[in-house]
Amino acid sequence: MKHFARLLEALAFTPQRNGKIRHLVQHFRTRPDPERGLALGALTGDLDLRNVTPSLLRGLVNERVDAELFALSYDFVGDLAETIALIWPEAKDPSDPPLSELVHELEATGKAALPGVIAARLDSLAPSSRYAYLKLATGGLRVGVSARLARTALAEFGAVPVEEIEELWHGLAPPFESLFAWLEGGEKPVSAALAPFRPVMLSTATDLDALGAFDPADYVAEWKWDGIRVQASVEAGVKRLYSRTGEDISGSFPDLLEALDFDGTVDGELLVRRKDAVAPFSDLQKRLNRKTVGKTMLKSHPAALRAYDLLLHEGEDLRALPFADRRARLERMVLACDPVRIDLSPLLPFETWDDLAALRADPPDPVIEGVMIKRRESPYLAGRIKGHWYKWKRDPMLVDAVLLYAQRGHGKRSGYYSDFTFGVWEGAQLIPVGKAYFGFTDEELKDLDRFVRNNTVERFGPVRAVKPSLVLEIAFEGLNRSARHKSGVAMRFPRIARIRKDKPAAEADRLEDLAALLPPE
Amino acid sequence: MAADDLLFPTPEGLYCPGGDFHVDPVRPVPRALVTHGHADHARPGNGAVLATRQTLDIMAIRYGADFTGTRQVAEGTMTLGDATVRFHPAGHVLGSAQVEIETGGTRFVVTGDYCRHRNPVAEGFEPVPCDIFITEATFALPVFRHPDPAAEIAKLLASIEAFPERAHLVGAYALGKAQRVIMLLREAGWDAPIYIHGSLERLCRYHAEQGVPLGDLRPATDDSMAKADFAGQIILAPPSAFAATWAQRFPDPVIAFASGWMQIRARARQRGVELPLVISDHADWPDLLRTIEEVNPEETWITHGREEALMRQLALGQRRSRPLHLIGFEEEPEG
Repeated sequence: MKHFARLLEALAFTPQRNGKIRHLVQHFRTRPDPERGLALGALTGDLDLRNVTPSLLRGLVNERVDAELFALSYDFVGDLAETIALIWPEAKDPSDPPLSELVHELEATGKAALPGVIAARLDSLAPSSRYAYLKLATGGLRVGVSARLARTALAEFGAVPVEEIEELWHGLAPPFESLFAWLEGGEKPVSAALAPFRPVMLSTATDLDALGAFDPADYVAEWKWDGIRVQASVEAGVKRLYSRTGEDISGSFPDLLEALDFDGTVDGELLVRRKDAVAPFSDLQKRLNRKTVGKTMLKSHPAALRAYDLLLHEGEDLRALPFADRRARLERMVLACDPVRIDLSPLLPFETWDDLAALRADPPDPVIEGVMIKRRESPYLAGRIKGHWYKWKRDPMLVDAVLLYAQRGHGKRSGYYSDFTFGVWEGAQLIPVGKAYFGFTDEELKDLDRFVRNNTVERFGPVRAVKPSLVLEIAFEGLNRSARHKSGVAMRFPRIARIRKDKPAAEADRLEDLAALLPPE
Repeated sequence: MAADDLLFPTPEGLYCPGGDFHVDPVRPVPRALVTHGHADHARPGNGAVLATRQTLDIMAIRYGADFTGTRQVAEGTMTLGDATVRFHPAGHVLGSAQVEIETGGTRFVVTGDYCRHRNPVAEGFEPVPCDIFITEATFALPVFRHPDPAAEIAKLLASIEAFPERAHLVGAYALGKAQRVIMLLREAGWDAPIYIHGSLERLCRYHAEQGVPLGDLRPATDDSMAKADFAGQIILAPPSAFAATWAQRFPDPVIAFASGWMQIRARARQRGVELPLVISDHADWPDLLRTIEEVNPEETWITHGREEALMRQLALGQRRSRPLHLIGFEEEPEG
């Protein structure tokens, strides 16, 4: 358990993605089966443990610790599991059981016996192991590792493409021994799961200049819808909806799942769609990450699939066929589906790239974020392979905002202020509207860092408030309404496009300028 | 006379009318007794200062030779007016002491800050029986049980092994913590040069003069060192330096911080610390309680820190205590 505890600690405190990957790879390399596989399952959410509730834990700690002392401590620490781990009476001679022993015990223990089992374990573990154990038992590790990042670390550990792991993933279960055996040079496991995830084909960015080298007749184009790229897979009645990285998101979309009346694997865009009207991305966001979806939500935010491509159909793998052939099969298949839930992404009529540029400049729907250009002859390929699919996004939205706060960076940006919060005017006040930490060159970072140091008016821990005098041109991909932000708006992918030293802060944009960019309600 | 007529808080600090002196005054007073050299206990501008030789030296290093009108080295039993005074080691930093005061038939012990873990840079704490025990309470919550510092240093060494291409910047305050971390590294077998921030230099030199074998220390601003040369090296600095452009000279640094506060994850994250090292120069919860048992006072007075929790615990054990609400001490001092 102490190794797992150490891993959680390292992951929680390492802010950089690459650092996290290194800790994971190191763990996979040094820990035996089934320990490493169970750690992996805990991180990816594939361990199906009985969820221990906070009230059960509170009950346990109240039996051991004075309630007032606990309250004072919890108030100071701020995290229930951490407070309990630290305050629990110390074990005289702490034991270090393997993670597998603890996982199996939690799996095998019934509800009535659970409090006794947990208390006995807390009595015998060292503090950092107690913390890891409580996080494991309550099911919220929160160490900033997504399932995707964990699979990326596996890919690095085994020197295989991450797509191969994604494809296998849903046929595997903790402790993933066959997976580790393969990654260490053994035989590749065969996925036995029905309706597995298939690696998704991705596009590369392009623009009018680059397109000039191609013959438009060799390509088709579609709108790039601003939803979530998904894969809907049905095999022998088993229906699954996957995200682009292979997360199974079926549970959040029972309405769409029910409508998957075909046998095959469809690549498409998940949208919230009311009759013909595609809802803005923020509506779709409300449907995400829910374990159960209420009736009201199903009715007010109905999910739909806009089909792009067909990978498999009735047992036949179509991926090696040219796009045009797959599209013909897709069109026939979609005809038989419920049009309220599943429809086709239309192909755009164009003869020259300028035609397409004109379409892109004036899309018929605000939920379109550009165009996709696909070579007619291309097979369906895993990953981001150049020369087949291109995305030509609409120009980013721009706003001139004033730098308000800066926060210190990590790793290579240690000692630099590299995370910037900016705001726009509302009346005579500047309201924060977003945060950006990329988009600038190394030279510009030095420049921004210098500005922050010379114009600090207040400090809060690692954050500095600066004199509101520097205008930044912020580029972003879209704007949503947000009740969580004081400004009422949330930007997507904001980044610093330019430093506008030429512009006085008073001439930066206003909140109403920004609100005008919101999609219609 | 009641005990709180013999020693009581004033705006200047804890005052003993029998001896006409203040202990660790926060404003200039005619006569000050100073427990140790940290800035919230030792301040310049007093008429006279009585402290250990090392605390007097440290104050002179920090504030200049004219930090006080006159000075007196604490030795043996000293008579000040109607009070007698003795200094006893506190185990906190070099020169740190508890002050024992006998006045009006009551014996007081003022701990200043203290630590009961073995500390290679400070003489070990010695429990002194008394009537009124006046204790710090910096880490007075039952969540604070400081781990073995050697295990924390092992974490630092493991990180250097895992990230040999990165520099390791360890945040440590200039007086006490920095030298303790260096000594812990030396005891763990790290005999390579350790690079130090300029603000640590004078106090490190003083420790070495006092016989603390800190080994090969070099300035971190050595211009002959290229950025890449700091890969795999340990650099010690006060935590404020991490925010300075100073930190930009090191390759992809791992930010570590040696402090008792690092026990709490949110504290570490707040400070942007990647490698928290729970190394404290203060008594943790079990040591506070153990010390009060050993000293066995009539009453415990609590100077600064989390007095509510300590009072609650003492009440549960049928012990009398009260907060002194001294002003001028940092809410979260150099932990």
